[in-house]
Formats: sequence, structure tokens, C-alpha cells
Amino acid sequence: MIRRTTRALDGQTERLENLQPGTTLQDRYLILGLLGSGGMSSVYKGRDLHFPNVTKLVAVKEMTNIVSDQTMYEMIVTNFEREADLLATLSHPAIPRIYDYFISKKNLYLVMEFIDGKDLEAVLQESDDFLPEEQVISWAIELCDTLTYLHNHKPEPLVFRDIKPTNIMVDHHGHIRLIDFGIARIFQPGQKGTMIGTEGYSPPEQYRGEASPAGDIYALGATLHHILTRRDPRLEPPFSFTERPIREINPNVSPELEAIINTTLDYDPKKRYPSTDALKNALLATANETGLLIKPRTAEIFVRGDEIQELWSFECEDEIRGTPIVYQGMILIGCYDHNLYALDAKTGEFMWKYATEGGITGRPAAEDGVIFIGSEDYRLHAVTARGGKLAWMYYTEGPIRSSPILSHGHIFVGSDDNHLHVINSLNGRRAWRAEAMGPIWSTPLVKDERVFFGCESGDFYCYDFRGELKWRKKIKRAVTSSPILLDGLLYFGSKDWTLYALEIENGWQVWRYRMGGPTISTPTAAEDKIFIGCGDNHIYAIHARHAREIWRYATEHQVTSSPVVYVDSIYCGSVDGGLYCLDFRTGRLRWRFRTEGPITGSPVIVDNTLFIGSNDHKVYALLT
Amino acid sequence: MDFLNRFIKRIFRREEIHPPGSIKTAPLEPSHLEPAWDLDGQQSIVVGAAQSTGIERDHNEDTLFVLVGNSAGQEALPEFGLFLVADGMGGHRAGEIASAISVRTTAHCLTEGTILRLFENEPKEDALPIHDLIRQALEEANRSVVARVPGGGTTLTAALLISGQLTIGHVGDSRAYLIVDGKSEILTRDHSLVERLRELGQLTPEEAASHPQRNVLYRAIGQGANLEVDIISHPVPDGGYLLLCSDGLWGVVPDHEIRRIIYSSGHPQAACDELVRAANAAGGPDNITAVLVGFPPK
Repeated sequence: MIRRTTRALDGQTERLENLQPGTTLQDRYLILGLLGSGGMSSVYKGRDLHFPNVTKLVAVKEMTNIVSDQTMYEMIVTNFEREADLLATLSHPAIPRIYDYFISKKNLYLVMEFIDGKDLEAVLQESDDFLPEEQVISWAIELCDTLTYLHNHKPEPLVFRDIKPTNIMVDHHGHIRLIDFGIARIFQPGQKGTMIGTEGYSPPEQYRGEASPAGDIYALGATLHHILTRRDPRLEPPFSFTERPIREINPNVSPELEAIINTTLDYDPKKRYPSTDALKNALLATANETGLLIKPRTAEIFVRGDEIQELWSFECEDEIRGTPIVYQGMILIGCYDHNLYALDAKTGEFMWKYATEGGITGRPAAEDGVIFIGSEDYRLHAVTARGGKLAWMYYTEGPIRSSPILSHGHIFVGSDDNHLHVINSLNGRRAWRAEAMGPIWSTPLVKDERVFFGCESGDFYCYDFRGELKWRKKIKRAVTSSPILLDGLLYFGSKDWTLYALEIENGWQVWRYRMGGPTISTPTAAEDKIFIGCGDNHIYAIHARHAREIWRYATEHQVTSSPVVYVDSIYCGSVDGGLYCLDFRTGRLRWRFRTEGPITGSPVIVDNTLFIGSNDHKVYALLT
Repeated sequence: MDFLNRFIKRIFRREEIHPPGSIKTAPLEPSHLEPAWDLDGQQSIVVGAAQSTGIERDHNEDTLFVLVGNSAGQEALPEFGLFLVADGMGGHRAGEIASAISVRTTAHCLTEGTILRLFENEPKEDALPIHDLIRQALEEANRSVVARVPGGGTTLTAALLISGQLTIGHVGDSRAYLIVDGKSEILTRDHSLVERLRELGQLTPEEAASHPQRNVLYRAIGQGANLEVDIISHPVPDGGYLLLCSDGLWGVVPDHEIRRIIYSSGHPQAACDELVRAANAAGGPDNITAVLVGFPPK
């Protein structure tokens, strides 16, 4: 409803102080505490002192008077009294009863039934996952019943106008109650010029000043869309629900329920359900068809792992924690059994192995017939691709867990000796080394004669090729994740639960995105999206320019593996043992391949074949 | 000290805005226009700005602000620029006060969070990310307008340039265009109801252009406690322009004509003067504001 109430300019605009606990109104209502406030009104929990022997709780809604114009004030009081009288005559289990109203010090008060429960927004915020469909359907049916009661009110239908999660409570019996009733209509001071209705849930026709039962149906659909997708429409452009199809975000929702909600959200009021009764019947029919309200729904099973074609697997003697590379038709992968293995990429046949004296956690690098690999034996080993013979070794003063990077004829690799080592790749001699505040597990990024890397001390460094520090950024916790570069921004994760975007020239933080846990996964990018795994079990897709979450996908354990993009999918392992293939635009699961141990390394994909190592000691080759 | 004063004057020099009406509408002599600085072989950005009340309105509710920091040397500060355009609305001078307050508040927050920190000899480690700074600045502007200007509201488009990255914070229907290689891209999304209905295919572009509610915004500064700010980062283009403008320009002068004027003017200031002149020549139905930043080729 468009309202243009002009607030008196000379009146004070600041909110008056809230009522303190212990205050008594009308010698009857003892204020116990504030339940919530918004705009010019507050709701308090109170006790009715007319019942001295029992504790009768009430909700006291206070509307602070801010108009100084007498005529305006009288109009508001008249409207208020009329609305309170109307509400007092309503009788429906989902509508709170009105006990009393009064005016004190020019403020208006309404005394209502106290509802012990939570509003739907709080319910949503407190749950970690999507709410079950059958729960949402049963609430929707109750809401339909309530709205049907209002819309059939005589002599005139009552339109609620403001259905949204914060106006819907779930009481301690699990039933829904509509709150903030009607009053909103008569007491919305200061709705100035451009702000109209509750952005996000209001139907398009409300912007033309029409309020009808069909508008309540739209707002109910918008509310259901919000709670099923967990996407708040107030953060999205108006009427953009169709751009966020429910099942793309939450595939657990049945197509039938999605179709019903889409109908309620039709732009044209005539194409929605003709009444809330009709909507309720559609919901009931769906619930009966899918058996939702009768038996609990079992988790949907997608493509099973065994439908993904495994080309071959190869078993080593210990866990494989690192990531393979493909070079000259060979798979090269380090293993915690101290060996670097070379396997035939087509058949998985063993070709050779090279023994270091420590576990291998990193990824090898290769150039000009030589393979480079760091080991926990403190050394970087250079080994011939043919036969796996040692070419040279380079000693650091701590275990090497970082992966070597080749650039400009040099190898860049971090070590637990708190240095980044830069080594001539032909002869294994040190060119220079850069000091850090702690062990370097992150893999360096080399770009435009600069090298960028993170450190376990929580620092992030940029050195130039002369070994001079260009800039340093202090992060709260370890940066094990390796940086990537896209359009002048460096992206990496940290154990402080954050994905960072730093500008490359000076290390200015352009944005950061907080995840649900620490991360050591290295991000990857495609189509303006940054993908990263996280210790909170999720794989995230974040918009590179807006810093907004596009989707997240929950695996069953931590994700330390780094995602890889291939065609239109992302591939990522999880400590739950699964290798996941997701549609990178929507985050929907395409398939999952199960291994027998945690996957901590990352896949590599060449010619539609994916190679991945697992802590079950095996290397797998899968046809994507 | 004298140097410092000169430096501060230098970077704040563009704060002085011609009072509306006194804008030269004839193209300026190129010799009067300031060229790009040559900073050890790298050219600086060049900025132009112009504003006009227009023909039909009797007062000006738009506000613009430009601040550029150029630095050269071995330990030079990163390139810095802050560009703001706000288009106020509301009766009784509320619109002009809302746009002025929002620009002042935003400029205060963003200079404090960025360039003033760069002047510190011992920079603190706790700098906020640019996205957070911009969001906070616009939220602060929103609070200021809500508290001080009942009945007023404003659009606000803020572009912050730091060292190779442009970040834009945006609320309302002023626009930021990036114009590169003869093509323009609108970086911002209009938060107007009519634009939304047009996006949904419910209105044709022609219907939208003449819709009676085309000035109704669904998001603006000063319209309530919760403000959702659009923020987008973009790398600085290799040559090309950033144009910030109010709807008094983009709603009146077609995009292709805007591009033609920019490319034929030769200098951002001459281009801005000509853009304002073109909007007035087309009837000048609303206040007109244009800020044009020219980027040197890398």
C-alpha cells in the first residue's frame, strides 16, 4: 500500500527510550523485558497483575507517538481504536487474542496474548540445513486456513498485507500464529516517497496500491520460497523469485511443491490460486500424492558411485595425501610411504618409483624431462622422468610440505625452515631465499616477476625477483591455502575461516568472505566465481566481484581438497572419502565417487580422465 | 609545511564545484584543460565533472564529489580516486540536503578508511576490506540521512579507485558506466520499480521510459534502517573511461550519444560540459550531473 505520510519536520525524530523492566502501565501491566522493536514500535513481555496468584503473561505493543500535529494525531488515535476493536472481534486459533488497549502519555498500547515461540526467521537462522518439506507444507496449510478465515471476514474481507517470516510465529506446540496484525496498516509513520511495503515479499500489484487476497497468496508464496531456499528476498531485487528456482537451490523439494509455489508467485494475480482455500487443496493433494504427510521422506539418492566408470586404480603402501600431475603420459604422485610413483596414465601400470626419506604431501612439478618433488626429509628432489633417476637434491632446514612451482628456469618452494627457496632448476643451486615468520605450506604463485605465498604464522607475502619484500599482509591465522590470481586480485583462504581478495600491487584487501570454518583448500576460479573447500564440510561458490555467496554444497566431512573446474563441473574431494562432481553454476550434485579413505589431495583432469589419490592408499582414474 | 599545504590543496582542488548555472556549456579550449601527468612514464588519470540544474527544475538536488591523489616516487602511494554522485529527492529542500549529507558522510568515511591511512608513517594492520569500508560508508550515510532529513532520500553511486582496482558502491538509479573500446557497460543496476518491471519483461523499454512511476525507487539512501548496498569490484581498464551520472543525463541522452560525445571531446572535462549541454538541449527535465574519469593505456 503506498502511503505518503509526512512526518512533521519540527518534531523530534529520535526514538524515545524503551520502557525499563519493572515499569507498570495502567497499574496493571508489569513490564518484564523487551521482546523486539522496529520502526516506531516496541513489543514487551509483560505480566497482567490482575491475576496475582498466577503468572499470566501478555505481550504489550507500544507505539511511540511522534507526530506533533494535533489533527494528524487524532486521526491516528481514531484509526488505532477502530483497528483494535476489529482485532478484538476476531477469533481464530492462529490469531493472537487482544485483551486490552489504552493510551498513555500520547503513546498507544495494545495488550495481546503472549506467544511462547519463535518467528520463522529465527527458526531459519537457528537451523543449519534446509527445513524438511513436510514441515513447511504443514505450516503452509495452517497459514492458508488462517488467511481463509480473514479473507472470508464479513462485511469486508480482511487482507493481511504483510505476510513474511518475521510476522509468523511457531508456538511451542509447533503451530503457526500470525502476529503484528493489522496495526502495521494504521501506524506506519514516515513512509517517505519511495519506500513501499516490505521489500521482498510484496506482490507487484501492491506497488500500484492494490491490496487483495491474491496479494496475501503471493506473499505467502514468497515466504515459502524464502524458507525452502534460505535465500532472503529482501537481499534480492523485487519479484526475482523465478530467477532462483527452488529445486536448483534445494533439490530435496518435490517438483510438485515447487510448481505450487511458482503459481502463487505469478506476476498476474489472476493466474495465482483463486483463493487460499484452493491453495490449501493443492498443497493437500501434493502431500497425499507424494505421501509426504504420511511417511517421512528418505534422503534422495543421486547417481550412485558405481555408475561412474573407474578406468583403473593403483595401490601404494601408505596414504596418498597429495595431488598428482600428468606428464608425458605418466601420472606422477607422491605418497606418504616416501615414494614418488610414476604410473602409465592410460592403464595405471606401474612404471617406476623414486624413494625419498620422508613422507610426501605436495604435488610434483615437471619440466624438460625432470620431475621436482619436496619431501618431509627436508629435501627437494630432482628426478628424471625416464626411469626416475636422481638428477640433484637441494637441502632446506626443515620438512618440505609446500608444492614446488616452476617459473623462469627456477623452482619456488616453501619449507618448514621459515623460508621460501628459489632454486635454479638446471643445477639445483639456490638463487635466493625469502624469510617468513613461520613454516610455508602454501604453494607460491609467481606472476610478473613477483612471488606471492602464505605462511603458517598468518602472514601473506609479496617478494620481487631480487628477493626484496614488496608488501606483507597480516592475516589472523595460518594461510595454508595457495593464492590464485584473477583480474588483478589475489584469492586465498585462511584458517581464520575467511576467503580473502587482495589487490595485487599493494596487498589492499578488496573484500573478504567469512565461511563456517577454517580452510586450507586452494581456491579456483571460473566465470567470475571463486570456488573453495572449507573445514565446515562445504564447498563454496563466491562471486569474485560482488563477494556474495552463489551456492554452497555440504559434504559429510571437512573439505581440505582444492576444487578443480573442468568444462561446466567442479570436482573436489572430501575427508568423507567422496569425490564430488557438481554443476559449477548451481552447485547441484552430478555424481559422487566413494573411496575407502579421506581425500585430502586434489584431482587433476586430462582428456576427460580424472586422477585422484585417497588416504585408502589408492590412486584412481575415473572417466568424467 | 608549505609543501604539505600545497599538496593538500592539490588533492582537494577538485572539491570546488561550479555553482549550478555557471557551467560553461560551450566546449572549452583544449589548452585550458589539464593534461594527464607523466609520472615516470606512467600517465595519471584525468577527471572531468559538470553539473546543471537543468531547464525544468528550479533547484538542484544533485551532489557530486571528486578527489584524486597522484603520487610518484620509489615508495609512492597507490593511485587514489574517490568519485561520488548523489541525486536527492523529497520536498522542502530535503532532496538537496539528503544528497549533500550522504556525499559528505560517505567521503568522510572513505577518506578516513583509505587515503588518510596511506599518509600514516606506521600503517596499522587493521585496515578493513574495501567492500566493507564502502558498505559501512553508505550505511553511515543512510543513518545520517534518516536522522537528519525526515522525508528526504537520495541515490548514491560511489566509485573508489585504489591501485588498479575500482570498487563501486551503489544504491538507487544513478549509474556507473565503464566505456572501453567504444563499448559501454553499465556496472550498476537501477533500483527503480519501473526498471525492475522492465527487466521482468512486464514493461517494454518504451513503456518504461514514459511510465508515471519511473522515479519510484525500491532502494534509496534515507529510506529506513536496513539498507542493502550493491558493491562490485572491477580491474582498472587499459585505457577507457568511467562515467558516473544521475538520471538527468542517462534518462535524457541516449547511451550511443553519450559514447559519441565522450570519444569526440578529447578531454573528460570537455566531454562532461558537452554531456550537460546535450541534456539541456534535449529539454533538461531534471538535474544533470556527470563525472568522467579517463584511464591511460597501461
